[in-house]
Amino acid sequence: MTTPTLLPDGEPRAGGLRHGRPKYLEVRDLSVSFDGFLAVDKVNLDVIQGDLRFLIGPNGAGKTTVIDAITGLVPATGSVNHTGTEILGRKVHQIARLGVGRTFQTASVFEDLSVLQNLDIAAGSGRGPLQMLRRRKAVEPAVEEALEIIGLEGAADKKAGILAHGQKQWLEIGMLLVQNSDLLLLDEPIAGMSQDERAETGALLHRIAASRITLVIEHDMDFVREFATSVSVLAAGKVLSEGSVAQVQADPRVQEVYLGTSKTGGH
Amino acid sequence: MELLIGQMFAGLSLGSVLLLAALGLSLTFGQMGVINMAHGEFMMAGAYTAFVVQQTISDAGVSLLVSIPAGFLVGGVLGLVLEAVLLRRMYHRPLDTLLVTFGVALILQQAARDIFGAPSVDVRAPGWLQGNIELLGAPIPLTRLFILGLSLLCLAGLVLLLKATPLGRRIRAVVLNRDLAETSGVSTRRSDQLTFFIGSGLAGIAGVAVTLIGSTSPYLGTNYIVDAFLVVVAGGIGQIKGAVIAAFALGVLQSVFEYSTTASIGKVLILIVIVMFLQLRPQGIFSLKTRSLA
Repeated sequence: MTTPTLLPDGEPRAGGLRHGRPKYLEVRDLSVSFDGFLAVDKVNLDVIQGDLRFLIGPNGAGKTTVIDAITGLVPATGSVNHTGTEILGRKVHQIARLGVGRTFQTASVFEDLSVLQNLDIAAGSGRGPLQMLRRRKAVEPAVEEALEIIGLEGAADKKAGILAHGQKQWLEIGMLLVQNSDLLLLDEPIAGMSQDERAETGALLHRIAASRITLVIEHDMDFVREFATSVSVLAAGKVLSEGSVAQVQADPRVQEVYLGTSKTGGH
Repeated sequence: MELLIGQMFAGLSLGSVLLLAALGLSLTFGQMGVINMAHGEFMMAGAYTAFVVQQTISDAGVSLLVSIPAGFLVGGVLGLVLEAVLLRRMYHRPLDTLLVTFGVALILQQAARDIFGAPSVDVRAPGWLQGNIELLGAPIPLTRLFILGLSLLCLAGLVLLLKATPLGRRIRAVVLNRDLAETSGVSTRRSDQLTFFIGSGLAGIAGVAVTLIGSTSPYLGTNYIVDAFLVVVAGGIGQIKGAVIAAFALGVLQSVFEYSTTASIGKVLILIVIVMFLQLRPQGIFSLKTRSLA
């Protein structure tokens, strides 16, 4: 048996896979309120496997809260359906084991553990307690492949805490890959990266998204233009517009929230 | 020379008792951040476990060897119950935890009084632990040597569990970043329970150990709880190697101070030293070094 690769060939495209039965994320009437303040207001989202969807919007629009709600970190109402399974209302680790993986805005890795141990935890979250007491010598093939993909083979035994910011963000992505997530929610994966790192990350996102359901929060419009196959715009907790980058940019409502043009006359 | 060695060993021995008491705390307080004032009472429960076991098994040697795992279980189960019934509702409220566990400590003390009576009881040390060996002319009590060995063994076991097994890595992962652990598919509930079980179980073992050097009363825990917290704080929260150094340093300092002054003045001097040390280094001996932005 050949081990399945973490990154099969292919390109993401708007609308996702057109053959077979693609996996999907279907969000319906998702609402989150913090002490009466409606941070997310009846959001509907559909993302199909093979589409590289970007979620954009001004600060405070509720982008991160949407991801927090899908992954179970904040309580929400409505429905989140992952390829036929309702995931809203489950516990965070159960949602993760159903194939939902995410990264955090501030690069989040286990600082005091080595790079390899970080990947190991992500890869082995389903292991039972007895198995966990045994010391395993061999590195799993998937972990090895992930190390190579994220370019950290040389740093496998370094503590994750001393990695550079960009490397931490790559390690986060590597953890999602070995975790075997088929639904990826990435919160600003290129924040604080250099131009070269951005281009590399964009290319990696492309390869990842070809075979997965991918939703990326991003602020940098150049990056969005270059890599997004579709875009959803969130403002004040509501989905404002959806479509290709060009469609969304041409939408007057989007121009209004971003530039404050049509009614207020700018500032 | 003999005097020096005798004092040094008395210090190390005191340090090893402190270490045993503090090891469990370094998990529950250091790693999980739970202020458990009933930790000392878990020690007391371990000590009474040794007493009860000896009532059943009259051979002092066998009963000691049975008491150690039994004390671990009793302490661990008490910890599990405390965690499941009370603490998990207040992980984000440290002050409430402090008050509630203090209440639990009082309840456990009263329970011990009701069951075993207020006067202290004694656990016989086995024959092979009675007497001394000579080290460079200084007499070293075998019971103290046994406690030193036991605490080093517990330390080795804990370090091995945390550093070398996937289970330990998962415990550390939950401590380092709870949200990330959960979204990586780790059940933090299970991890919390397990951590608390092990930490409280270590208190039980510490309780068994101190029956060898003193009598057991319902208030045994109160003698150790403050020192144990001092060790964890001075060592650096969540840093086991810091706790080891702090425990032995405090033990040696205390025995030196007590020898050159009196017991209470020694205690005062120790507190002054710790306060001064924490003024200079509030994070303790060791702290986690990272390039984290958060």
